[in-house]
Amino acid sequence: MSYRLEHLEELEAESIYVLREAFAQFENPCILFSGGKDSIVVAHLAVKAFYPAKIPFPLVHIDTGHNFDETIAFRDELVDEIGAQLVVGSVQDAIDKGLAQDEKGVHATRNTAQIPTLLNTIEENKFDAAMGGARRDEEKARSKERFFSHRDDFGQWDPKNQRPELWNLFNGKKKFGEHFRVFPISNWTEMDIWQYIKKENIDLPSLYFSHEREIVRRGNTILANSPYLNLKPNEKVTKEIIRFRTIGDLTITGAVESKANTLDQIIAEVAAARETERGNRADDQRSEAAMEERKKEGYF
Amino acid sequence: MIGELLRFTTAGSVDDGKSTLIGRLLYDSKSIFRDQLASIEATSKKKGLDEIDFSLLTDGLKDEREQGITIDVAYRYFNTPNRKFIIADTPGHIQYTRNMVTGASTANAALILIDARNGVVEQTKRHSYIASLLQIPHVLVCINKMDLVDYKQSDFDKIKEQYKDFAAKLDIQDFKFIPISALKGDNVVNRSENMNWYNGPTLLHSLENIPVANDLNHIDFRFAVQTVLRPHTDEYHDYRGYAGRISSGILRIGDQVTALPSQLQSRVKKIYCAEKELQEAFAPQSISFELEDDIDISRGDMIVKTNNQPRNNQEIDAMICWMGENPLHLNGKFGIQHTTRTGKCIVKEIVYKMDLDELKRIEGEKTLLKNDIARIKIKTTTPLFFDSYRKNRNTGSFILIDESNNNTVGAGMIV
Repeated sequence: MSYRLEHLEELEAESIYVLREAFAQFENPCILFSGGKDSIVVAHLAVKAFYPAKIPFPLVHIDTGHNFDETIAFRDELVDEIGAQLVVGSVQDAIDKGLAQDEKGVHATRNTAQIPTLLNTIEENKFDAAMGGARRDEEKARSKERFFSHRDDFGQWDPKNQRPELWNLFNGKKKFGEHFRVFPISNWTEMDIWQYIKKENIDLPSLYFSHEREIVRRGNTILANSPYLNLKPNEKVTKEIIRFRTIGDLTITGAVESKANTLDQIIAEVAAARETERGNRADDQRSEAAMEERKKEGYF
Repeated sequence: MIGELLRFTTAGSVDDGKSTLIGRLLYDSKSIFRDQLASIEATSKKKGLDEIDFSLLTDGLKDEREQGITIDVAYRYFNTPNRKFIIADTPGHIQYTRNMVTGASTANAALILIDARNGVVEQTKRHSYIASLLQIPHVLVCINKMDLVDYKQSDFDKIKEQYKDFAAKLDIQDFKFIPISALKGDNVVNRSENMNWYNGPTLLHSLENIPVANDLNHIDFRFAVQTVLRPHTDEYHDYRGYAGRISSGILRIGDQVTALPSQLQSRVKKIYCAEKELQEAFAPQSISFELEDDIDISRGDMIVKTNNQPRNNQEIDAMICWMGENPLHLNGKFGIQHTTRTGKCIVKEIVYKMDLDELKRIEGEKTLLKNDIARIKIKTTTPLFFDSYRKNRNTGSFILIDESNNNTVGAGMIV
């Protein structure tokens, strides 16, 4: 027998270690669950990390009200299957309570309204650590993120003043009112995620696979048609064969033209891709530092 | 499928072309995407540059882009058909020693850049000392900007000798020299046609062939317990699974083990990697296992083989890299985190501080400032189970925590 791990095995071992550290170091940790492939992989790894005991974290979904129906159906099935508790933080409720504001105009999204909703959900449920599926390869501000990321009592991230993270020693000590974000799959790339989904035979929402849908082309982005999308005068709704590479809100998630409807075809497509997966996320394109600004405020 | 994972760190002084080299590796291995390239092209143009500034790829924070400096460790990913690579890109400025140490702590290899026109400079020594201190198993010395010295072998040889002279004082197991031009692409991914006198491998070829698994300690079994899995279900009524990541060594069913600090002994009954049952497991796998006997074990305990035990002491000699904003004073008290074990400690002695420019020891110091590296003696409130850092990076390392603000302020390597 050769004592070496293939890269996916090593990444899995690292992520399980991080999940167990989060469980052991915090009193009330949760998993932020968006319904996207990355948070699905985190939930899958969490089940593995504590087998045969039950997953000890609730799944927290920040519900913008602008979800794909497929995402919600998938979420409910998964929660049932793994026997986890589901906590929903509603952006609509936060808006009604005056904690968040809805944006106006054609480019309106509920992306920034998620931030106060998330912070409020963390506070109401007294979560002291929120684990997410963010990866360092996704975006340049995320490439500086720690596994254990400290947040002050306003939930803010101070990127220039992060605790150094040495070896595998994660320092989760904090003062009352502060909390942590934990990123178990920091070192995974988009390709690693897809290869792992295939290897482990993980179920995904149908949105990731090629299907026919009503869409609107806006600039270089293909957006799903929905009641929440405000059309510009010259924009038309058409039907096309597309799939999604990431899943966020209906109003911001760009689709790609694609016939890939098996994992192998998707992996081949990702391998040949010339754009990053967030390349057509309207939320990142607002400015070069768009993600950094949102992260500082408390975004994930 | 891709093979193993190699983590490496890059170090160079300002303007050694480190960012250009990373950009070149990513670009030539087709790991830069079109939208990333478009974004840095646009920014380069805005800054009035003629060529694409690849440092924009790794400088992720707004302040970094504005000031043109790297503040924090940035992680970059690329792969070839043979391997997946994680780059910890760390700043080269003197004041950021803490970031270099951070990047080096998980690295299997270090790339050290030298400007062929300048040869070995103070920062080269500093970076090499840190690579040696952190026991990075493989060092690749890239002599860059060979195009600016007309690709002359004599310049390369001279720097090689210079480096070997001072590296003799260090503790680096394996170092190799590669003449490159990151800007023009010589010997980075593709073989140079300008340096036929060089018969060695290209940088990428070297990175692809570093024997990663051989660097792991497969002899001394060490297992720091992270948590105990107790399902409390009918099916798993009396189940106690000790969960953790193997720090080093190999564990097999039937092995006689001892739990520390209790010294209680038992045999391994079953080993699991998630839902899969294994006959044996090895570092760095995350596993859980059951023992034949019900013994009291909890987080912070260490399970080892009965016939191969670590040191067990409250007085510890260590090298420390100080990272705190406030100085470390003699008799200062800190929190300590070692494997999954936590406690408190007091600094009993500052034996010497390192002068990183001269690689000399300075004795008689009473305080350490941010970015200082020193040999200290500490006494802990609870015994630690450890090996020397040289023998075992996982059980030989610890961090110090300032208990007034919970910041990580020191990186310790047990002597």
